Amino acid sequence: MNVIISSFQLGLLYALMALGVYIAFRVLNIPDLTVDGSFTLGLAVSAVLSIHGHPYLGILAATAAGALAGICTGLLHTKVKIHAILSGILTMTALYSINLFIMGSSANISLMGAPTLFSRFTATFSFMSLDIARLALCFVLCVIVTALLALLFKTKLGLSIRATGDNEDMVRSSSINPDFTKCVALSVSNACVALSGAFIAQYQNFADISSGSGMIIIGLASVIIGEAVFGKRSVTIGLISAAVGSIAYRMIMAIAMQNKFFPTFALKLVSAIIVVIALAIPVIQQKMKDNKIRKEATLHANR
Amino acid sequence: MLTVENVSKTFLPGTPNSRLALNNVSLHLEADDFVTVLGSNGAGKSTLFNAICGNFLTDTGQIVLDGIDITNLPEHKRAKLIGCLFQDPLKGTAPSMTIEENLSLAYLRGTRRGFGIGIKKRDIEFFKSILTPLGMGLENRLKTKIGTLSGGQRQAITLLMATIVTPKLLLLDEHTAALDPQTAKKVLSITNTIVKKDHICTMMITHNIKSALEIGNRTIMMDDGHIILDIKGRQREEMTVEKLLSLYSAESKKGFDNDRILLSTQKDRFS
Repeated sequence: MNVIISSFQLGLLYALMALGVYIAFRVLNIPDLTVDGSFTLGLAVSAVLSIHGHPYLGILAATAAGALAGICTGLLHTKVKIHAILSGILTMTALYSINLFIMGSSANISLMGAPTLFSRFTATFSFMSLDIARLALCFVLCVIVTALLALLFKTKLGLSIRATGDNEDMVRSSSINPDFTKCVALSVSNACVALSGAFIAQYQNFADISSGSGMIIIGLASVIIGEAVFGKRSVTIGLISAAVGSIAYRMIMAIAMQNKFFPTFALKLVSAIIVVIALAIPVIQQKMKDNKIRKEATLHANR
Repeated sequence: MLTVENVSKTFLPGTPNSRLALNNVSLHLEADDFVTVLGSNGAGKSTLFNAICGNFLTDTGQIVLDGIDITNLPEHKRAKLIGCLFQDPLKGTAPSMTIEENLSLAYLRGTRRGFGIGIKKRDIEFFKSILTPLGMGLENRLKTKIGTLSGGQRQAITLLMATIVTPKLLLLDEHTAALDPQTAKKVLSITNTIVKKDHICTMMITHNIKSALEIGNRTIMMDDGHIILDIKGRQREEMTVEKLLSLYSAESKKGFDNDRILLSTQKDRFS
């Protein structure tokens, strides 16, 4: 039971990261690999500022830092014309050094004893049990961010961003600078990812330099699992489905780990396989459909 | 309204494939001009349009639209003033967005984009009122994704999008060429109605000489990066397809070697 609740909490916090991945991958149609770096960036900034007694400032600063990282990737892609994937890899690589610098050259930081958003919240709402209080907080955070993003994509700016991922020529002829909308979308996306990292650091009370590796795959897996449940519909539904997908992903992993379906070190392998299978399903379905049509056509011809 | 002065463009300069696509082209359009543009493939028609749209910067010359020098403006800034339609009906719309989302994006053209609401109630009524005259039943399908519509429907919507905020100049690059004859006729008549209603300065490339002489008030013909013919008024009224073809041969010192033009004229002769 405990494992279920804690993976629910984790799922809600990682949902913010999945939202960021959804924006880049589905709305903007750019697989943005900055995520691995910006997640750790959020983690590091939030952890360091919490140790210095400013957990709230830490969350804000982490979000801003993530947005900056996104703009960095955006500028590399649009202004220097580097391929989107390579731009992401470049920023991610550079961020590794920056993250180590922020963390004072140590590979991990412990937040034991430092004030965090979670410690303050559970102290204020001490009438609730610890688990329920944390769960409520995670839920509220996740709902607020999802709602804000859903609103963003209903604005003029949001429409322009969606159109950029759909048809860049049309965007340009509507007098919108696609370079600008791409940079905005990438910065919002990475701000979400860093925000997720910031909450995670304060939730688990430590930050590790390698926490971000493979994060993009986990994000993609969440987005795809969500789409398997909800289908591809409007952006609002897409955002909700990414969040739900993240929770489902954590649940699946928790159940699998508890029942010892696979050892802990196999986590990323399993995540990668989930993504591959999910991406392969539509292709296989199409193949099966085509084969059926061909078979029927031959039957018809031979009759 | 539009003044193109001594504009030249060479593609791939300094290479064996170097090609002078626009050779010192000058052209002046009045505010209510509807110009049809003729010429065989490679004559420089589309290059001229692209130079005006801002796909590339020209080598020499100046382009002034409504008193604004747009020669060095980037494409998306010129788009505030210019509406463009291309042959490919898929090019002008965002397929996974709905009709109303596409229209409202175009409606935002030239205004500041920010955190205001993307689609207002008032806008939806307006979109319905401009979709109804198309006679395609699209006014009841505002929430339909554009990608599910036919090429003709998409091109008609693209036309609305290009003119929803009245542009200073409308450029139509064979915008009916990819459509079936029936739909092409319809889109062409919609074009004519909109241009007349809003008094838009328009240039239209076409390969159908007959319709080039029927639509609009002025016809120009291009060859080898030059404008070789510019007729309007009386001279244009008296012009026939045969006369135009012989004029072309005389001016360019070669026959009209474009299959599509020959085909379309033959069809006209038989009909």
